[in-house]
Amino acid sequence: MEEKKGITRRDCLKALTAAGGTALVGSAVDAHAYKKFSGWPDRCGMLADTTECVGCRSCEAACNRANRLPAPAVPFDEKSVFEEKRRPTASAYTVVNRYSDTEGTGPPVYRKVQCNHCNEPSCASACPVRAYTKTPEGAVLYNKDLCFGCRYCMVACPFSAPAYDYESALEPRIVKCTLCYERVKKGGIPACAEACPVEAIKFGKRKDLLRLAEARIRKYPDRYIDRIYGEQEVGGTSWLYLSGVPFDRLDFPENLPDKPLVEQTKGFLSAVPLVLVLWPAFLGMAYAATRNKEEDK
Amino acid sequence: MSNESMAKAGTFPSRFMEKLLMGMPLSDYVRTLITPFNVVAMGILSIGIPLIVLRFIDGLAVITHASHDYPWSILLGWGLFSGVPLSATGYIMATAVYIFGFKKYHPLVRLGVLTGFMGYLFAVIYLLIDIGRPWRIYYPMAVSFGPTSVLFLVAWHVALYLTVQLLEFSPAILEWLNSRRVRKWAVMITIGMTVAGVILSTLHQSALGALFLLAPGKVHPLWYSSFLPVFFFVSSIFAGLVMVIAVSTVVARFMRNRADQEFLGSLDPLTVGLGRAASIVMFVYFALKLIGVAHDDNWSLLTTPYGYWFLVEVFLFVLLPGIVLTRGVKRNSARMVRFGAFFALAGVILNRLNVTLITFNWNVPGHLHHLVPPVREVFVVLAIATLHIIIFRWIVNRMPVLKEHPDYREHE
Repeated sequence: MEEKKGITRRDCLKALTAAGGTALVGSAVDAHAYKKFSGWPDRCGMLADTTECVGCRSCEAACNRANRLPAPAVPFDEKSVFEEKRRPTASAYTVVNRYSDTEGTGPPVYRKVQCNHCNEPSCASACPVRAYTKTPEGAVLYNKDLCFGCRYCMVACPFSAPAYDYESALEPRIVKCTLCYERVKKGGIPACAEACPVEAIKFGKRKDLLRLAEARIRKYPDRYIDRIYGEQEVGGTSWLYLSGVPFDRLDFPENLPDKPLVEQTKGFLSAVPLVLVLWPAFLGMAYAATRNKEEDK
Repeated sequence: MSNESMAKAGTFPSRFMEKLLMGMPLSDYVRTLITPFNVVAMGILSIGIPLIVLRFIDGLAVITHASHDYPWSILLGWGLFSGVPLSATGYIMATAVYIFGFKKYHPLVRLGVLTGFMGYLFAVIYLLIDIGRPWRIYYPMAVSFGPTSVLFLVAWHVALYLTVQLLEFSPAILEWLNSRRVRKWAVMITIGMTVAGVILSTLHQSALGALFLLAPGKVHPLWYSSFLPVFFFVSSIFAGLVMVIAVSTVVARFMRNRADQEFLGSLDPLTVGLGRAASIVMFVYFALKLIGVAHDDNWSLLTTPYGYWFLVEVFLFVLLPGIVLTRGVKRNSARMVRFGAFFALAGVILNRLNVTLITFNWNVPGHLHHLVPPVREVFVVLAIATLHIIIFRWIVNRMPVLKEHPDYREHE
């Protein structure tokens, strides 16, 4: 099926190339590709297994070191931070939160929070200056040299991942996980995955990770609930999660559509050119009618 | 070198000074400035302006409650999201008079356009304080384009519309400066600018609602609707109408000496007329809000705490002021219409605060703790609002806004 589609597209492009000038083809290729585009094929991701995580916060420490972030107020081996729910901030790309087992029998569950690097990121579609890029490697990157600090990306992010440097007067910027883009480019793996002592975080091609996650669920049906968070949510994310308890108990948002969020504003934006063209026509007619009435008097 | 002698010399700078001081010698002019209002205003500004300076020394954190979870605080919830619908006055009045031919509302057009222009100007000022690097405000227009963003559209439209409104108001400025020839050109473009104004307003008023379409998991489902752009646009229509009533009420009371007989004499019947139009739009809006609940089948949410709050908004702050306006119109009571207008304004502001702050992130634990703004932020907002009033008053005191300039009576 997949294969067949590809061929039709190629045929179609060939026909277009033959028919049109290069400029026309250029735009046609883009338009066509966009409709069919289901994400960069080799994009990477991370698989986080919440049933494995022991809450040691090594990932937090490694992230802090790798990204040269400011030293934390409480050291990374301090467990008292789990007493409240934390979120990524201007000085921490990632945090781990503890959830006590509500049935009170099992051990607590830990969840790592950071930018999920969506397939079609809402932050990128929200940004009025295109400061965000979804790279073919999977990372969603932010460019501080374009940003003017409107913080619409923070409003738009379904996972509330981006943090903002409210303390900075003149050079505030968005702060968020980069999926260790520079390390990955050099052939390495993200610092958090490297640091994890129990391999609760695994780095790899997203499609491989999905297969791996499915295999784990099949192999240990009692250990996991039958779902991979991030497979479908808002069009899929690079971070994928496995859990033994329902995801909403770990504060994963459960009210998100499966379609990328950019779909929500598409309808509105496509009405814009219509208003631009139709309004002058209607108002012109109304004006002409008024003038006509005056002349009749 | 006293001011009087300068004025008599008749050179350009001296004539300009005379206009600035409204024909008074400087000492007299300064004396007129000592009023109770100005004393209070100075008090507010002397606290608020240093706080605005502080934002550019120590960052936004020192003046607002904005946080990682609530990136937009009252500064934008009030200044931009409430300020823009209340500034729909310009496009509403210009369209009514110039396009649809409601000529009798002519005395209110300039007031409407000025209120709109000032509203947008100050929405931008709130924005410039709030955004991280205000000197990059032109980036969406010149440096990097993000056409998939609704905010990109808002940025362009607000910038263009600010220019359009300045051009729409320019005849008043040019009459004040006695620049007959330029004024003629400015008047010639009235129709074009009016049409441009309606297009731009339709799009960015609705776009302010469409901004939140990207946050389906965050805005409470009773306020999140695919109709958000329509809600914002339709409510901006009646917001503009009732704002004209409200502002004309205030200026007719406090700036009576700047208005001519045509303005003051026609104000009561025109108020009733505007009230009639506003009430009709409000009933349409009320129906739309109910259709919104039906469309998403959210009836069951109405019996939750947020549901009660939703009912308060649409019944007490949309339907009820609509009814007050209708009663006022039926009894031909401008007084009652004015009361209804202020009431309706409160409803518009409540709606915008509900979408941007009160129900935004309703499911985040500890939600609502951020709602009472810190004292510093209140003073920043008060200071900007005070400046807004002072500059508005400065213009109305000098330019023909509430009256026709005797030298330019040729009509239209």
